Amino acid sequence: MTLSALLRTTSRLGPTAVRRARRAASTLPANASTTQRSLDSILIANRGEIALRVGRTAAQHGIRVTTLYTDPDSKAQHALSSPFAYNLGSVSAYLDGDRIIEIAKREGCQGIHPGYGFLSENSAFARKCTEAGLVFIGPPWKAIEDMGDKSQSKNIMTAAGVPCVPGYHGENQDADFLEAEADRIKYPVLIKAVKGGGGKGMRIAHSKADFQAQLQSAKSEAMSSFGDDHVLVEKYITTPRHIEVQVFADKHGNCVALGERDCSIQRRHQKILEESPAPHLPDATRKDIWAKARSAALAVGYEGAGTVEFIFDNDSGEFFFMEMNTRLQVEHPVTEMVTGQDLVHWQIKVAEGAPLPLTQDEVEAYMATSGHAIEARIYAENPDQGFIPDSGTLLHVRTPAATEDVRIDAGFVAGDEVSAHYDPMIAKLIVRGATREEAIRKLAAALEEYEIAGPITNIEFLKTICRSSDFISGDVETGYIDKHRAELFPAKTIDPEVLAQVALACLQRDASLASRVQASFEGSGIGFSPGYQAHQVSFADLTPGAKDDSRHEVRIQQTGDSTYNVTVQGVVFEQVVSHDNSNSNIVTSFFPHTRLDTTVIRDGDTIIAFQKGTQYRLTIPPAKWMEKALGMKDVKNSVLAPMPCKVLRVEVAAGDTVEKDQPLVVIESMKMETVIRSPHKGVIAKVVHQKGDQCKSGTPLVEFAEESGGE
Amino acid sequence: MRAPSPLLRSLRPNTVALPYRRLPLRPSTTITSPRLLSRSIANYTHPHHASAISVLPTAVDTTSSDFQENARQMEELLDRMASLHGTISQGGPQKAKDKHLARGKMLPRDRVSALIDPGTSFLELSPLAGHEVYGEDVPAGGIITGIGTVEGVNCMIVANDSTVKGGTYYPITVKKHLRAQAIAQENKLPCIYLVDSGGANLPHQADVFPDRDHFGRIFFNQARMSSLGIPQIAVVMGPCTAGGAYVPAMSDETIIVENQGTIFLAGPPLVKAATGEVVSAEDLGGGHLHSTISGVTDYLAVDDAHAIVLARRSISNLNYPQTHLPSTPGSLSNAAAAPTATTIKEPLYDPSELNGIVGTNLRRQIPAHEVIARIVDGSEFAEFKRDYGTTLVTGFARIYGHQVGIVANNGILFSESSLKGAHFIELCAQRGIPLVFLQNISGFMVGADAEKGGIAKNGAKLVTAVACADVPKFTVVFGSSAGAGNYGMCGRAYSPRFLFMWPNAKIGVMGSEQLSAVMEAVGRSADPDLKARIDRESEAVFSSARLWDDGVIPPAQTRQFLGLGLAAAVGGKVDADVRTRFGVFRM
Repeated sequence: MTLSALLRTTSRLGPTAVRRARRAASTLPANASTTQRSLDSILIANRGEIALRVGRTAAQHGIRVTTLYTDPDSKAQHALSSPFAYNLGSVSAYLDGDRIIEIAKREGCQGIHPGYGFLSENSAFARKCTEAGLVFIGPPWKAIEDMGDKSQSKNIMTAAGVPCVPGYHGENQDADFLEAEADRIKYPVLIKAVKGGGGKGMRIAHSKADFQAQLQSAKSEAMSSFGDDHVLVEKYITTPRHIEVQVFADKHGNCVALGERDCSIQRRHQKILEESPAPHLPDATRKDIWAKARSAALAVGYEGAGTVEFIFDNDSGEFFFMEMNTRLQVEHPVTEMVTGQDLVHWQIKVAEGAPLPLTQDEVEAYMATSGHAIEARIYAENPDQGFIPDSGTLLHVRTPAATEDVRIDAGFVAGDEVSAHYDPMIAKLIVRGATREEAIRKLAAALEEYEIAGPITNIEFLKTICRSSDFISGDVETGYIDKHRAELFPAKTIDPEVLAQVALACLQRDASLASRVQASFEGSGIGFSPGYQAHQVSFADLTPGAKDDSRHEVRIQQTGDSTYNVTVQGVVFEQVVSHDNSNSNIVTSFFPHTRLDTTVIRDGDTIIAFQKGTQYRLTIPPAKWMEKALGMKDVKNSVLAPMPCKVLRVEVAAGDTVEKDQPLVVIESMKMETVIRSPHKGVIAKVVHQKGDQCKSGTPLVEFAEESGGE
Repeated sequence: MRAPSPLLRSLRPNTVALPYRRLPLRPSTTITSPRLLSRSIANYTHPHHASAISVLPTAVDTTSSDFQENARQMEELLDRMASLHGTISQGGPQKAKDKHLARGKMLPRDRVSALIDPGTSFLELSPLAGHEVYGEDVPAGGIITGIGTVEGVNCMIVANDSTVKGGTYYPITVKKHLRAQAIAQENKLPCIYLVDSGGANLPHQADVFPDRDHFGRIFFNQARMSSLGIPQIAVVMGPCTAGGAYVPAMSDETIIVENQGTIFLAGPPLVKAATGEVVSAEDLGGGHLHSTISGVTDYLAVDDAHAIVLARRSISNLNYPQTHLPSTPGSLSNAAAAPTATTIKEPLYDPSELNGIVGTNLRRQIPAHEVIARIVDGSEFAEFKRDYGTTLVTGFARIYGHQVGIVANNGILFSESSLKGAHFIELCAQRGIPLVFLQNISGFMVGADAEKGGIAKNGAKLVTAVACADVPKFTVVFGSSAGAGNYGMCGRAYSPRFLFMWPNAKIGVMGSEQLSAVMEAVGRSADPDLKARIDRESEAVFSSARLWDDGVIPPAQTRQFLGLGLAAAVGGKVDADVRTRFGVFRM
C-alpha cells in the first residue's frame, strides 16, 4: 500500500483524522509560501470534457477523483468516469457551491477543481472553499474578485503599466470636451450610448472633421431610444484580433507566460478556432505582450493558471488589456501542445504550494522547437441558422486516430445525449504541426475523419474555414466570419454517387430486415424477363446551403446478388457491386469508375452520410399517400421550433395578420434568446404554444391560416 | 492435449473413434512398443476425400469448335427469347399505359415490385402465355402471376394487367389464373390478388365461362384454399364487376383503393338498364361505400402504394411460416444451424457452359452428367446404380441446400433404365426427398427385343412410380419430350409442382419427320404443310403460350429456378408425414 493510499484510508476512517486534516487545510493560507501539502483526493466541480480532462491528469498522479452529476447528466461520461460520483439533483445544481463544498468535506476531498464556467470564477465560492479548509485549485479569491470587476481591473492594470483601451467614460458630456478626448484617444473613435445596446446609439467617427456630426447623431438616437443621451468615447479598432496570454504564477512570486493564443475566429462572440503562436506577430510585440501579461498577473498577486486577454489592433500593431480570466480556459490544450506541459498538473502543483516546474526561459526554449497548434471546437450547432445550438443523441461518432500531434478532448461518446440544458460543445480537436500551414492541413484532414451523426454540428463549417485562403495566410480578425460570409456559406451540391450510396444503403438494410436466408442469386431478375427489383428512392437535401425542397430521385435496379444498376441525376452507374456492413454502417460499393466507402446513418426520416470526408444530410420525404392516410398536418403552414426551447414570449395572437419577418415568438434555448419571425405574409390561425411551454425541436409554434396572402 | 473427450468424440459421426483409452496413460514422448500395435487400425478418411467421390468430372472442352458453334446457336436463340420477353414485359399499348398512369395508378409490374421484399427474386410464371394465340396481342395473357417473398413469406401473386384489353379474361387468362391457384394450393402459398380487371372477355365467353376449369373455378379455388388454411388476400385496384366481384368478396382480407377500385355485381350502365336507377360507379361500389357501409372490404387505401403497404402488413399478420433454406437433419428447431449463402457450394463448373454443351440440335445426345454438374451444389452427385441402365441417370444431390433425387435422361429408356428409375423413385418417396426430372427423351425403346424384354410392363412400372410418388416433383425439359417418355419422366399430366422448358426443347407425340412418315404409312395423303406445322407446334414458345409448362427458362438459370421452386414447395408450410402409396407394380 502506498503512503497516499494509506493517508486516504485513514482520513476516511476516523473523525479525528478528518478534523486534523481540516485544521491543516485552514492553516494553509497563513503560511502558504512555506507549506507544501500534497493533494491526494480532489473533487471536480464541473462536467463534460473538462471534468474528464482534469480527472485524467489526477489519475495519472494517483489522485482520487470525486465527480458530480445532475439528473440529466447521470449517465454522462464524466459521471461514469469515477466510482466516486455524487448526484446534485436539479439541472442547475453545478452552481450550488454550498452543496459541493459539503460533499467534498464529507468525502474527505482535500481540494476542489472548478474547471471552467460554473463556479470557476466565483470569488465567493473560492473564498468559502478556503474557509472550509479545502484547497480551491485556482487563484486566491481576492484575485478573482479584483479581476471580476471591470473598472477595478482596468485601474489595477493601468497602474501596473498594462495598456487598456483608451477612452473617456466620464460624466462630462460637453461636445468640445468629448472632441478633445477623442483627439487624445486618436481616430477612429467609437461613440457609444452608455445605456445603448444592439448597435443603437453607436457611431464611429473616422476623423476630427467627422466627430461632431457623429456625436450629435449618436446622442439623438440614444435619446429617442433610451431617453438618455449620455455617451462614452473609446478607441475604435477597425480590424481587431483576440490575442490572449496563458500565464501561471505560484505562491513563491514566480510567474511565467506560456505563450499566447490567437482566438480571433469567433461566432456569436464565442471562440471556435484557437491557435498558438498567433500568426504574423512581430517578435518584439510577442515578447512585450507576454511581459505585460506577467505584470498583470503579478499586479493582483495571482496564483495558478490565468489568461490575460488583449485586443490587438491589426492596423497599428497596438494591443490593449481587455480582461483576465482567472481559470483554466477551454483552449488550454493549444498551449499544452506547444509547451509540452500538462497545465492541470501545474495547477495541482501550484495548489499544493510547489514552485512552478519551469522558468520563463525554459518555457521559451521548448516553444521555439514545438511548432504550431490549433484547436477546433466541435459544437452541436447549426452554422446555417446563425449557429443556433442543437441537441440530441449522438447516433454515430467516429473520431480521427489520436496521435502525439492529434488530440481529442471529448465529453461524449456515441449513444450519449447532448443535453439542451448545458453547453453544446461536443469535443475539442487539437492538432500540432511543424508550421502553421502544416497544422491547418492536419486539422482539415482530422476534421474529414471526424464523423458525428445526430445533432447538427459545425464540423462542415470548420472544414470550410480550413480551406479559406485568408485564414490559411493568417489574415485573421474577430469579424472574420462576417467578412467572409459568401465564401464560408457556399451553396452546396450533392454528387450523384452520394445519392446512389445512400439509396443502396437503404435498400440493402431493408432487404436484410426481411428476415430471410439469402441464396446467391437473391434479388436478381431470373428468367428472360427483366427483373422485378426496380425501385425509385426519393431524398430531399438537408445539407446546409442546399436549395430548399431540392428533391433527388434515385432509380435502382437490382440485377443480381449485391449487384445494382443505379440511375441518379441523369447519370447511370451500371453493375455496381455493393455491400453494406451492418456493424460499421459503412456501404462499400465498386462503381465502374471508383470505389466508395460511405457511412450512412439512418434516424427515422433523417439520413446522415459521410463520404470522402464530407458530411451530407438528407431526409426521406413522406410517401404521397401518407398525408391523407395518416391525417398528417401540412407543416408548410406552420412555423416550427428550430431547436428544443422554452417559449419566452408570444408576440402575435390568432387572427392577426402578420407581415414577412414580423416577430412571432421569442424562444430561449441554451440561455440564448432567438426571435422566430414570420416566413411570409399571412393570417395566424393558431398559436400552438404559449409562454413558458417547453418545446421539442420541430414542434409547430404558430400555424398560419390556409391561404397565406404572401405567396 | 488434443484428444477430445470420449463424449465429444461420440458426437462426431465422421471421425473414427481411435482406441486412445486402451493405451496406457503415459507422457506422449514415450515410444509405444510395437507389440501393442499388432492389432490393425482403421485409416482415417478426411471428409473432403470422402466427398471427392461424389464430385462430377467434366469432359467439356470450351475451346472446341463444336462447343463454340453450339454456344453461338443457343445464344442466338436466347437473344430472341430475351427480346420477346422484353416486349411482353412492356404490357399493353402505350396509350393504355399513359391513361393508366394518368389516373395515378401504378403499372402492374411496378405493383409487384413494390409488393415483394427488396432484394428478393420474383419467380414469374408463364410470361409467354397467350403469345400468338388469338391473332391479337395479349401480352402475358393479360395477367402476371408468380411467386414472390412478402414480409419473408413466399406468396403467390396474381396481378391483372388492365393495360391489356382492360384486364379482361381471355381463355388463357383464366387458365393462367387457375394454374397459379393450383401451384398455390399444392405448395401452400398465401395468395395475393391485385385485382384490376373488366371481368370475362365477352367475345370469348363460351371459352371462359361454362366449363369446369373456367372462370367460376377461380372462386371455387379461393373457397377451398381458404378452407385449407391457405390465406387469400385481395387488393382491389380497379374494377371488379359481376363474377369478378367475388375475388375480393371470397378473400380472407380485402383492401380497396378509394376512387379507383370498385366492386359491384352490375355496373352503372346495367343498373340503369335493369332498374332505371342512375348511380355513379364510386357510389355504387367504391372504396368508401364498401369500407364504411357494405363491409365488403376491410381496409381503405388512398392509392396503390398505400394499398400495397396494407397488403404487406396483412401478410405479416398471417402467422405463416417464413421461407427458409433447409436445416440439416436433427437441427430443425435450430435456426442458426440452417445453411446460409456462405455454406452453400456453387457448382464447380460455370452453368453458362450449358449453352455450348446443349446447342439447339436435338439430334445430338446431350450428356446428362454435364448438365447435372452445372445445376447441383458443388457439382456433387451421389449416383445410384451408375453402371446399370445407363440411359437413365439417377442419384442424390443438393440444390441450394435442399436435398433432391435427380432422374435424368441420358438416352432412350430401356427396360433396365425403367426399372432403375422406378427403384430410385421408390427410394425418394420412402425418404421424402423431392424429385427433379431432367427430361430429354424421345421415348421408350421399340422393337422385338424390347417387347420381348417386357418394355411395356417395365415402362409402366416407371410411370406408376412417377404418378404415385407423393413428394414434390420438378420437371425441366432440356431436350425432347416425346411419347410415353414424357409420362415416365413426369410430364405435365403427372402434376410436377413446376415444369420448365429450355428454349431449345421440343414437345410432341413424336418428331415431325416421324409423324409425317407415320401419316404417309397409314395412307393419308401427305399434307405438304404438316411437317412445318408440327415443327412449329413442338416448340417451347408454342407450348408456353398455351400453358403446357410454367415458363421457358435460360439453361444457365435452371439451378436458380429449381432453387426457387424448392423454396416454394418445401421452404414454407409443409404437410408433415405424407406417405406415398404406390399402385400395383406389374412384375
